[in-house]
Amino acid sequence: MDLLCATAVDVSRMVASGEISAREVARFFLDRIQTIDPKIHAFLHVDPDWTLSLADAVDAKRAAGKPLGPLAGVPVALKDILCTKGIPTTCGSKILENFRPPYASTCVEKLLAADAVFVGKANMDEFAMGSSTENSAFGPTANPWDTSRIPGGSSGGSAASIAARMALVAIGSDTGGSIRQPAALCGVVGMKPTYGRVSRYGLVAFASSLDQIGPFAANVRDTARTLSVISGRDERDSTSIDAGVDDYEAALTDVKGLRIGVPKEYFAEGLDSEVESRVREALDVLKGLGAEIVEVTLPHTSYAVATYYIVCTAEASSNLARYDGVHYGYRKTGTPDIIELYSKTREAGFGPEVKRRIMLGTFVLSSGFYDAYYTKGLKVRRLIKQDFDDAFKSVDVIAGPTTPTAAFRMGEKVEDPLSMYLCDIFTISTNLAGIPGISVPCGFTSGGLPVGLQFMGKVLDEKTVLKVAAAYEQATNFPTMPENL
Amino acid sequence: MPVTDYDIVIGLEAHAHLLTRTKMFCSCRTTFGAEANSQTCPVCIGMPGVLPVINRKALMLALRSAVAFKCEIPATMRFDRKNYYYPDLPKNYQISQNYTPLGVKGFVEIETSKGRKKIGLDNIHLEEDAGKLLHPEGSGAVYSQVDLNRAGTPLLEIVTRPDMSDLDEVEAYMETLRRTLEALEISDCKMQEGSLRFEASVSLKPLGAAELGNRVEVKNLNSVRAVLNALAYEIDRQAAALDARERIDRETRLWNEELSRTERMRSKEEAQDYRYFPEPDLGPIVVLDEWLQEISASLQELPNERKWRFEDEYALPSYDAGVLTQKRAIADYFEAAVAAGRAEVSDPARLAKVVSNWVMGQVLKELNDRKVEITDFPVTPERLAGLVTLIESGKISNTIAQQLLPIMIETGEDAGRIAEQRGMLQVSDTAEIEKLMDEVLAANPKPVADYRSGKKAVFGFLVGQAMRQTKGKANPQVVAEILTKKLEN
Ligand SMILES: [Zn+2]
Repeated sequence: MDLLCATAVDVSRMVASGEISAREVARFFLDRIQTIDPKIHAFLHVDPDWTLSLADAVDAKRAAGKPLGPLAGVPVALKDILCTKGIPTTCGSKILENFRPPYASTCVEKLLAADAVFVGKANMDEFAMGSSTENSAFGPTANPWDTSRIPGGSSGGSAASIAARMALVAIGSDTGGSIRQPAALCGVVGMKPTYGRVSRYGLVAFASSLDQIGPFAANVRDTARTLSVISGRDERDSTSIDAGVDDYEAALTDVKGLRIGVPKEYFAEGLDSEVESRVREALDVLKGLGAEIVEVTLPHTSYAVATYYIVCTAEASSNLARYDGVHYGYRKTGTPDIIELYSKTREAGFGPEVKRRIMLGTFVLSSGFYDAYYTKGLKVRRLIKQDFDDAFKSVDVIAGPTTPTAAFRMGEKVEDPLSMYLCDIFTISTNLAGIPGISVPCGFTSGGLPVGLQFMGKVLDEKTVLKVAAAYEQATNFPTMPENL
Repeated sequence: MPVTDYDIVIGLEAHAHLLTRTKMFCSCRTTFGAEANSQTCPVCIGMPGVLPVINRKALMLALRSAVAFKCEIPATMRFDRKNYYYPDLPKNYQISQNYTPLGVKGFVEIETSKGRKKIGLDNIHLEEDAGKLLHPEGSGAVYSQVDLNRAGTPLLEIVTRPDMSDLDEVEAYMETLRRTLEALEISDCKMQEGSLRFEASVSLKPLGAAELGNRVEVKNLNSVRAVLNALAYEIDRQAAALDARERIDRETRLWNEELSRTERMRSKEEAQDYRYFPEPDLGPIVVLDEWLQEISASLQELPNERKWRFEDEYALPSYDAGVLTQKRAIADYFEAAVAAGRAEVSDPARLAKVVSNWVMGQVLKELNDRKVEITDFPVTPERLAGLVTLIESGKISNTIAQQLLPIMIETGEDAGRIAEQRGMLQVSDTAEIEKLMDEVLAANPKPVADYRSGKKAVFGFLVGQAMRQTKGKANPQVVAEILTKKLEN
């Protein structure tokens, strides 16, 4: 079987049966990375010794007659925001250049326990702040469908690694759309689970109340399997939810009679007409599959971006305070006192977008402004959540575009932060509400750029979200890898 | 104007390490004095990606203090982040409680020579301690070192209202707080190890004036003495400044122990904006009724309350009640001994006082000499009650009793048995004593003659001779009676 056309489910079955060794799979994808990645730059760190040692461990386990996990030998790309013990974890930032965590994140441990094999650490916008991966301190990632364009962000490296088949599963984090937006722009599947579904222990924090780890894959089934592996309550994360983990693969059935809500606010000004056409076509497909399409309203949608940039910057300003040059990471040397050490380290260590958000967040938490911004932001956040609660009284799932446009050109929005912020206009609300969302490919623009369709579900109802995504995927079957790479 | 022309208003903030084995948000040990940075992990050194997990024991101990000091406890509480940069604070924010402290509006009742007084508490909250900066010895060092063993240690902060008006009250408050936290096993309160620390704030206003002067906060107070000295200095400084019609700035000052003075650290204008906001890594804590019921049920009497009960119930002098309630086990011992003696001794007040004298005197002395805890003391409260009963019923003298106690400790026997076996019971048999007295009188013709010629002072000498003759076993009252009768004849 051609590994480029294989799914993660195929690979794990073949590795478990001995049809192929984990080492052979790892070698194949490492070679692929070596050939392709110079054009894409999806990875910040590839360590063949590390990857092969993980693969050998899987093979040894099989040789010892032990049963293998659900991701046996599956090549997985990790966003460089997940702590890997002894392996560089930079968050796309100069301030963590050369930083090797002394511990591993829960998500990484769970993947290892499922016998996954890591092929590298994926590029990202610095500290997950951005929508194009251009904010990486180590250079941007290109979109495999058109290398002059951005792959989306902040998990751009993860999404691109799947589209270019340098991995079969990738892990990202989504604070305001950082998994779903790049999945849409790279034409792959990406899911943000319910807040608390996946432990955040070892995920370098950007905005603690919004951050959530989730999987990327080329298809819904691989996504579902990976989600089952990484989900679950973790004693080390007090915000992780104590709810049973579903077998998400088993839930992939048909959608007859399912009520799908379409929010009218998601088809407003700013939505590219080609994107709108693809999404409307997708809704017709779902109707054809027996689902009922219902218009719903999410009246506070227009406040989501403003609310998001209050909450996420406030939390980020505090979360990123620890990068000060004192205990670990980059330090500007030769400073005369501690205050200079702090300010010169942070001045040189952080990029402009991170600084912008730290300053915004510091401002909104300042005495005298706290109530006007932060407290009010939390109130609006509750209203946005209420919008979804109301909508879900009459529908099972909500569908709409993942992004307002297809992938834009590199450099196009770098000088215009506000237009960059609006890339996440359809994805931000789910983070504020804490509900699950997925982006699946729904065709292409006339220029051949992928378009994403988003499904959003009730809290902890990943099952229904995955079910509708899988049914749609099966009915359409769009290509998820560009032909001419 | 002298200081006495001003109203003094003092508030205290106490920081107490909770008696937990592990830290507030990770499982590192909190043992004092370990090698630098040996008690750390990714969580308490603030590595990227780590998350805090609440130490349940710390939460329960903190709630225990809130219940003990009669605070209002919110049904739901959260932690908040206090943001500031300092190298001993690895995350550059401290997880604390600002918006929903775990207790508000309680009080600590103190006693001074002016009587009892309730010192109001503004709030009690839970937070994590910071690490320590070490400045290498010797000149020319251009760096500091950080020890993060203490970082993340559970810290209880108890903030009073500005209710104290003199140093006696301040001292009594500190002492009461220390005793209470120790007795309830909330903190070991070792000031020399930094497990109890204070910060003070003080302001003055001319007697009767409506408006209070600006408040000055004083930090770096490492002992009870330092708190009192710093406040005394600061009160004088502020009074002198007000006399000279100078303005008192609202500021924070540091106590300089060496120079015995306070020095400006920062003014209000330079005060930090801590940008408190709810800690998003920890969800809200719903305080369950059953927790509070459990705490209330297990909470024993506070030391001060017990002292005052001893004064009322046992009619003990304030001094005795204070000494006996210094330690819970001593107070328990005392109460058990009194209870055991009740059946034999009819005057309860007298019984209590005699037992008190014994506990405060011989018992504490023996414990001290032998370096044992009262819970391991071989003379049980019941045995001590037995000894006291023998004295009160006239069966042994106090002198004999003093000799009996060490034997009771050595042998573990009860007092009555030892006294009987060793012939130490007091002789009250008149015939026997009369016979002895005749011998004493015959042996001392000169004092007898002196007495009879009016030199009554020799009586004491003759009683002494008689007691010596009986090796202290004769009932002195009976001896005196018989001797008088014989001499007068
Ligand atoms: Zn620790």
